[in-house]
Amino acid sequence: MIADFGYGVLLVTFLVTVYSVFAAIYGEFKKKPAMVESARRAMLLTWPLLTLTAGILIYLLINNHFEVQFVYEVTSRSMPTYLKVTAWWGGQAGSLLFWSWLMSAFASLVTLRKWDRDREFLPWVIVVASVTMAFFIGMNVFFENPFAKLYQSFDGQIAPHTFQPANSILFTPRDGQGLNPLLRHPGMVIHPPMLYLGFVSFVIPYAFALAALITGRTDDRWIRLTRRWALWAWLFLSAGLVLGGRWAYDVLGWGGYWGWDPVEIAAFMPWLTGTAFLHSVMIQEKRGMLKHWNMLLVILTYDLVIFGTFLTRSGVLSSVHAFAQSAIGPLFFAFIGLTLITSVALLIYRWDSLKSETKMTSMLSREALFLLNNLLFMSILVVCFWGVIYPLISELFTGQKVTVGPPFYERATSPLFATLMLLMGIAPLSAWGHSTVKTLGRAIWKPTVGAVIITAVLYATYTQNIIALIGFFLVALVILVTLYEYWRGAYARQRSQDENILASFWNLTGRNRRRYGGYIIHLSMMLMAIGILGIEIFQVETQGTIAVGDSLQLSGYTIKYKEVASWDDRPSGVNYTRAVVEVYDKDGKYLGNLNPRKDYYYDSQQPMTIPGQLASLKDEVYVLLIDWEPISPVGTTFKVFVNPLVNWLWLGSLLFLVGVIIAAWPDKDPERVAVRAGKRAHQTSAAD
Amino acid sequence: MTESTSPATQRRGVPLWAQIIIWVFLVGLLAIVALGLNRAQQGTVQPGHKIDNFTLPLFSGYEYEGKSEVHLDDFRGKIVVINFWASWCKPCEQEAAELQEAWEQYEPTGEVVFLGVDYVDTEPEARVYLKKFGITYSNGPDLATRISQYFRIKGVPETYFVDREGVLQYVQVGPFSSIQQIKDILDPMLAE
Amino acid sequence: MKKTLFTTLAVLFLAFVLAGLAADSVSAQGPTPTDDEVNRIAKQLYCPVCESTPLDVCPTEACRQWRDLIRQMLSEGKSEAEIKQYFVEQYGVRVLNEPPNRFVSYVVPVVAFLVGVFVLFRGFQMWMKPSITEAGAAESEADPIHQDEYIQKMEEELKKRK
Repeated sequence: MIADFGYGVLLVTFLVTVYSVFAAIYGEFKKKPAMVESARRAMLLTWPLLTLTAGILIYLLINNHFEVQFVYEVTSRSMPTYLKVTAWWGGQAGSLLFWSWLMSAFASLVTLRKWDRDREFLPWVIVVASVTMAFFIGMNVFFENPFAKLYQSFDGQIAPHTFQPANSILFTPRDGQGLNPLLRHPGMVIHPPMLYLGFVSFVIPYAFALAALITGRTDDRWIRLTRRWALWAWLFLSAGLVLGGRWAYDVLGWGGYWGWDPVEIAAFMPWLTGTAFLHSVMIQEKRGMLKHWNMLLVILTYDLVIFGTFLTRSGVLSSVHAFAQSAIGPLFFAFIGLTLITSVALLIYRWDSLKSETKMTSMLSREALFLLNNLLFMSILVVCFWGVIYPLISELFTGQKVTVGPPFYERATSPLFATLMLLMGIAPLSAWGHSTVKTLGRAIWKPTVGAVIITAVLYATYTQNIIALIGFFLVALVILVTLYEYWRGAYARQRSQDENILASFWNLTGRNRRRYGGYIIHLSMMLMAIGILGIEIFQVETQGTIAVGDSLQLSGYTIKYKEVASWDDRPSGVNYTRAVVEVYDKDGKYLGNLNPRKDYYYDSQQPMTIPGQLASLKDEVYVLLIDWEPISPVGTTFKVFVNPLVNWLWLGSLLFLVGVIIAAWPDKDPERVAVRAGKRAHQTSAAD
Repeated sequence: MTESTSPATQRRGVPLWAQIIIWVFLVGLLAIVALGLNRAQQGTVQPGHKIDNFTLPLFSGYEYEGKSEVHLDDFRGKIVVINFWASWCKPCEQEAAELQEAWEQYEPTGEVVFLGVDYVDTEPEARVYLKKFGITYSNGPDLATRISQYFRIKGVPETYFVDREGVLQYVQVGPFSSIQQIKDILDPMLAE
Repeated sequence: MKKTLFTTLAVLFLAFVLAGLAADSVSAQGPTPTDDEVNRIAKQLYCPVCESTPLDVCPTEACRQWRDLIRQMLSEGKSEAEIKQYFVEQYGVRVLNEPPNRFVSYVVPVVAFLVGVFVLFRGFQMWMKPSITEAGAAESEADPIHQDEYIQKMEEELKKRK
């Protein structure tokens, strides 16, 4: 009953979004502002409606309504309540609803802002956002109904139906199948929402970009309105990616955080175009250039967002997905095709009005270096896209299935990443419009000397690996350049304002949030780079079967096997096997106990390998319990990784968060600041 | 990058050649994804489809009339039952005895051939499995997964019934639950 | 200057790719293969049963069998290349972690990169060509108006105080 009500609300929401699309178009063409206003209110209505729908679904999940197919598939009686709530995005239908719900929240937020200065954008922003929303809600309504119930017909067949078929009775299973244990990790609980938030919030810049293209108001207005959105979207997407990495590291038990899996790459691709966009948008703001390019980047990001959802949800990439037969694959495809073709056609149509206002004056100017940066990001995108699509092409044209694994991506992208780091070192020192080898050289020689010294020290004390040394040199260069820039700014400010140096740092960041937030992001990227270099180049592993009291040796560490125990946790339906190992360093000093685990979930018949981790800034000892024979305690198999420097990666991600929040924090009243800046408002404002 | 096609000179819009390149590229990309999607959406080969010839090398001890390699076309005039299995596949074990029993019943007629196609398996383990269930009909590895790719199998076990003319008549996805099930498929085919 | 910059970039990229292609490790094996020796080869293989999970960490039964097979072949004295070759023959090229035809897999990204470099380079050339028809031509390299105001102010400040 309550499930039917949920479906009813969902259906109404779908109709409301469709209405808002048509009302906005009608109001725009017939010049009836009242219709546009009505469309705007319709869009505002979607969020409460979807919240109600979601509330009903959560109610069903919490209260074990297993007659609802979705509830049956993702929960079971033994799951704690908080997991039952998060099971909402643990399955196909629920995650589509979750997508729509987040989307509607963002759409409502955007419709609530003041539109006085941008009336002409409003109907088209509504159209784009509502079309996207209608698409996702429509899929829930027509193909992936989260409220479909299980019915048993008289010949014993049990199948999900939205409405009760003739000659059938409602079927209520005694217990549900339970959430995939891999998805029960805290990292997985917040990773999809973050990723989805990132995905969804990139729809807003796209909506404004298209509105600008349709109305022909192709000045910088749409960029100014959406750049902060884009920054927040980028923050969520980045956080989603990092959390996904952390989850893989903690749960998948392969000693790494990133496996160049197509699903990961699908989420990484919009991040690449988004990052390129965040950089090139600055060129448009400061120099009025690259307008076409920015449009294209926004369009690409939007379609890669949909493409990413499509890849992971349609089974194109792997034949093993259960929903390969689902109708949503072709629909996603049609939607991508439609939006891509429409956007590109619009872009070509408006090509002329997007001409650059100024010209490039120097190959070493900041805008030129930003263009190089964009080229590199696009190249990484091409590598990723090609790697994802190559197996498809190979199978279609030669009938041969191939795997494109990490070696391809690592080889093809590492020179690109290295060049990006080099640019990160140079670009902050170059000026807009005009830089010469001389001015640049003057600025960069001190940090370069510093980086060379650091690299020499590392060569003498840490590693002779040439690739690692190149990497560390670049890291050192970027860090020094960034700190040097910071110091120069603070120093100048301190002298002119008579502040102490700490206050200068603080005020400098506060007054130039985007610049210094950006620098903090650069620094955090370098910390992450240290972690990545560490694990990619210096990771070592060993595996062995040992008896109690015996030990394994790896890179100076001794891992001594103390004991193992196994027990059932009946209420939660899990069997735990937990080993105790002691870790000693090379001088025999006791460092601590580790408890690698193997959890077996009875309801889904899945094992999970939880590593024991001993973390420090220098490295991390990562022990996995691979195999355990209950009868003979002689043979317990452990796998040990030593992951040097890996924790810099997580440290970097925290700093990254700080950086983006500093850069994206809303100004007190951006509109008024812009007005006060008066005629120079279209140039640069202090907040930038 | 695209910017370059719009120099500050008085040229209007996007040149035609560039537009053509853009659209061809876009449509090509979409076409590849569409083809891939189409492939992913296809189920197994459907009944009524004429099955192309394929070659199955056989494990020693599981040869067909002394031949260590068989071709589907050699069996024109006979009914061929192609069973995909693997030693690591638990559901396969449910039907192994039934399949062998059916083979023993139909072998004397000389009109039915059973072929076991071992999917992504290692030979030592496969032999242990064959021995365990006393299987005697011809069995061989699916080299480079060519045969399973042709049939677009979705998993193991799956069984395909090919009639005397080499046309697929019936597809069983998942294990057989009884020998009667196999008979119900084979007997009408034999009667034709 | 600009030409060299681009050539260097392109050469750097190619060199990295080629170096990567050449750097295939040579194998060594002992009489009783350890888990580490098995894993070293398993790491480079992918089992079709569990897509996009390398063999050394894949928990399925099929993958365990594959690892046992590698161990057995190692103890028979087979080299890494022979073992990989065997797996390719048995299960197809998709067991390899990279398409066997490396030329095809790398040519597209490299060509795309070079096209990008070319387009960017042409873009620079066109932008920097002084044009008389444009009003914006008045702005020249010597004109400091469009320079980053912030940096400028900062530089002045620094000069004053030195």
